Amino acid sequence: MSIAVTRAEVEDLFYREAALLDAWQIEAWLELLTEDAGYYVPPNDKPDADHRTTLFTIADNNARLRERVKRIMDPSCHAEYPHSRTRRFISNVRVTATEGDRIRVAANFMVHRFRRDSDMRVFVGEYRYTLRREHGTLKIAERRAVLDAEELGTLGAVSFIL
Amino acid sequence: MTRYVIEDRERMTFSVDRETLVSPDVLEREHRAIFETCWIYVGHGSEVAHPGDFKSRLVAGRPIILCRDRQNAVRCFLNTCRHRGALVCTEREGTTRYFTCRYHGWTYDTDGSLHNVPGEDAYGANFDRAGLGLVPAPRLEAYRDFYFLNLDPNAVALDTYLAGAKEYIDLVVEQSPSGQLEVIAGAQEYDIRANWKLLVENSVDDYHLPTTHTTWLNYMRSAGVTTRPPRDSGLLLPTKGAGKDLGNGHLTTDNPNFRGRPVAAWISIYGEDAKEDIAAIRRELVARLGEARAARVADTNRNLVIFPNVVINDGSSVTVRTFFPKSPDHMQVTAWAMGPVEETPAQRARRLDAFLTFYGPGGFATPDDVAALELVQRGLANTRDVRWSDVSRGMNRGPDEQLNTDEGHLRVFWRRWSALMERAP
Repeated sequence: MSIAVTRAEVEDLFYREAALLDAWQIEAWLELLTEDAGYYVPPNDKPDADHRTTLFTIADNNARLRERVKRIMDPSCHAEYPHSRTRRFISNVRVTATEGDRIRVAANFMVHRFRRDSDMRVFVGEYRYTLRREHGTLKIAERRAVLDAEELGTLGAVSFIL
Repeated sequence: MTRYVIEDRERMTFSVDRETLVSPDVLEREHRAIFETCWIYVGHGSEVAHPGDFKSRLVAGRPIILCRDRQNAVRCFLNTCRHRGALVCTEREGTTRYFTCRYHGWTYDTDGSLHNVPGEDAYGANFDRAGLGLVPAPRLEAYRDFYFLNLDPNAVALDTYLAGAKEYIDLVVEQSPSGQLEVIAGAQEYDIRANWKLLVENSVDDYHLPTTHTTWLNYMRSAGVTTRPPRDSGLLLPTKGAGKDLGNGHLTTDNPNFRGRPVAAWISIYGEDAKEDIAAIRRELVARLGEARAARVADTNRNLVIFPNVVINDGSSVTVRTFFPKSPDHMQVTAWAMGPVEETPAQRARRLDAFLTFYGPGGFATPDDVAALELVQRGLANTRDVRWSDVSRGMNRGPDEQLNTDEGHLRVFWRRWSALMERAP
């Protein structure tokens, strides 16, 4: 049996993604995603739900994800202008399943978010990704950020890419 | 008594004292004058659809239980054990036969009656078992399955209180062929570092749309939805809507639709596949309600405020959101999506998708509202020296000619708020 992916390879992808997002190199970040990649943040009270039957915080298909990127890079996006400073820590990376060409991986995340005259906010949770190889390159076909907090509460809005 | 709101119709000025947005004394008074005298939204009947279903939540600072008892009656209890006061329900939601206090183990039936007291033989003959049930909210009444509580046992009936707001609730409910809406799973609970009344204003203030929500308008435009106001119209929005006074402090915007509605106005964001389905929803509406009423339901949007703190947004989807002050500069918001019970899976998925185009803490618009309100609150640190806010927009027009981009409907809220605050002991 051939190994579809190593943990080191998955870690490299997570770390590269975190660096690009923290640097607000969002267009470059999009290159890590497949053309049909979706982005999901489930509601805090239903972390395992389906966005077709449950109200999510974010449920972007690829078209809307690209619109979201346009939005948060626009100075008229008041929630993210000036951009939040973020710092992401990724750990406990594991490959959870492979199904055909789809590789399911998970990792713990901690995203610190800073804004002027505002308390630091810490978003803690689990990334659940589906990866796929395109011409040998590992790409993100679906990214899901599942928050541990019981409610968004003092985390407020999720206006940057979590 | 301090006058917090000063209106001069002749000079067309309407000023609100910013102390109302920063003062702990004002908040203290609001609890007594407003949250303990008005009908406060608790939840929707669909959230406790079956006997034994319950939700526990905070309403007006009070932990309460909303549940359905074994006789199928919706109940609302103050969540506190009669013995020592502990919460008797700690789970967010579920289905149960009894509520059990985790401290000494007193249990209560879903109709509130005291079911079991461990070691009851240690109490005397006068132990008032029947009188020691869970205390219900002093009043609980519903309109079209929207449940409200009132902490004042002598309050007017909910039906009277709602006044003109009922007509607008009807318009929302009539989207369902059977007249039944349901709350969809997935609650959005988020805080805003701003005074709660700023969200009342923001929820119905269409003046801010072109500036605060530029990126949302760009998104709509990019998806092929027309957002440009008619040339030379003097309007800020592509359509001319109204701001309306519904009595008793309730208010609404009432706008011709331009942005797509799951019931029933197709826009390109829904996809070509959805065109025929939306047309079918429309045909059902017309068959059931007639052409004129169907158009009223499907071709107008409304953002309805039921005084003091529940908003029903009936636009690109239906949301109910309620919010309570934690402190003068901090509110806690809960928002739910609602839809007709008979929606197909495809219709439901479309509704939820449409919701997220605008609303919610990850939506394309709400985060900018949150940012705007927090900027207001930060600016209000200058209140001692810059004391008054101007809420006079549109006063050069008659009360029945107020546009949605005017502030006539915001003044409705402030007049009512001011009257209740001045009346309170």
